[in-house]
Amino acid sequence: MCLAIPGKIVEISSDNTDSALVDVVGVRRKIDLGLLQDDKPAPGDWVLIHVGFAMSKISEHDALDQMNTLRALGEIDGAMQEVQGYGLEDMN
Amino acid sequence: MRFVDEFREPELISRTAEEIRRLAGDRHYRLMEVCGGHTHAIYRFGLKDILPENIELIHGPGCPVCVLPMGRIDDGLSIAQEPGVIFAAFGDMMRVPGTQGSPLEHKARGIDVRIVYSPSDALKLARLNPQKRVMFFAIGFETTAPSTALTLMRAKAEGIHNFSVFCNHVTIIPAIRAILDSPDMRLDAFIGPGHVSTVIGCRPYQWIAKDQRKPIVVSGFEPLDMLQSIVMLLRQLKAGEAKVENQYKRVVPWEGNRAALRAMAEVFQLRPYFEWRGLGFISQSALRLNENYAAWDAEERFEVPGVRVTDPKAAQCGEVLKGVLKPHQCKLFGHECTPEHPIGALMVSSEGSCAAYHNYEHRKAAMVTSLSSIA
Ligand code: SF4
Repeated sequence: MCLAIPGKIVEISSDNTDSALVDVVGVRRKIDLGLLQDDKPAPGDWVLIHVGFAMSKISEHDALDQMNTLRALGEIDGAMQEVQGYGLEDMN
Repeated sequence: MRFVDEFREPELISRTAEEIRRLAGDRHYRLMEVCGGHTHAIYRFGLKDILPENIELIHGPGCPVCVLPMGRIDDGLSIAQEPGVIFAAFGDMMRVPGTQGSPLEHKARGIDVRIVYSPSDALKLARLNPQKRVMFFAIGFETTAPSTALTLMRAKAEGIHNFSVFCNHVTIIPAIRAILDSPDMRLDAFIGPGHVSTVIGCRPYQWIAKDQRKPIVVSGFEPLDMLQSIVMLLRQLKAGEAKVENQYKRVVPWEGNRAALRAMAEVFQLRPYFEWRGLGFISQSALRLNENYAAWDAEERFEVPGVRVTDPKAAQCGEVLKGVLKPHQCKLFGHECTPEHPIGALMVSSEGSCAAYHNYEHRKAAMVTSLSSIA
């Protein structure tokens, strides 16, 4: 759980600027941007996500590297299942 | 093995390994990787087979699931049995044994146990189930604590009162201090945690270099990252230096993440002391909710037994956690204790050294053959 997942910001919610939709290799979920208050990301930016919160902004190049690391670590499936929130994402 | 082909820049890896061999000469070095993510990566990538024998990697206390004493799991599960309670926790927690079984085994007995990916998903459960009381079993170092903090700030702002947190967040610096203070521990240098440092930055490690004269390099998780960090450590050691260096600059800012630190300061206070498996009671090493968040503090809202439970006698999780024993030296390793039937938490989490050792080390023969082409 200490490994972070990279995602690309697709959209920032209009009624709550701390909430964003991200794309993680094709899977979309809402994440919280509250921990990046001092350096808000914009749509198109890449962030490292840990337990549903963006932790830091990173370059696209580093995001792709991080994805490779997760893949090589055999953590991709688990990470994707986590990102999908064990089904909770659909229960809005 | 397949994943070896996935290493980027294999020539650079073999050159870096060569550099390590040259720098290490014939002295024996003991380097501790503090973070469980690094432990996992070291075994998964078979780094031990790339490194010369005289570079010994000691696994540190950085697996949050592993360092939690069984009594805390029992306490959390006792709250789970109160009427109308939903027990929510990360997937990593689900198979961790308590005295009466793991959270998953409690679920099988009809207790309402849910896996969540995020503390904010636990808060969502509370919103969706207003007639229930959702208790989030929070674990993790400074990487995770800010997310719990922000979730509590959201719960307070929205006035969600059927949500509480059973807080087991711990802090990494006092654990490193306890390890350095322990008399049976000889270490030359530290591979510093990557993602904890995105939050706390590199400054909090300075006493390790200054007062303890041990080099520390904050490192990324790729094989090349870790090998480069080892080169940086060896260069310092050879030059008789002790500095904090940041190999993981692309992700870790020197100053850390101020917004995350502010969220932690808003919600948490330090506990005077907290018990760690293997390390015993460490003062000011864990967080609890402060009085402004008492209404969301599961330890205030529920009757918590707070019993201390010792690990099963033959289990040597403590010694393995301290780095005094290697995983396979535990009497239960691979026989009574396996990833399928874990006795200790170190066999549960992918970041636990026993699980990592069990999952990868027995494939060593296969790895050595294929690694000989790179290293
Ligand atoms: S093998 Fe099992 S009992 Fe022994 S130290 Fe590891 S987790 Fe603990």
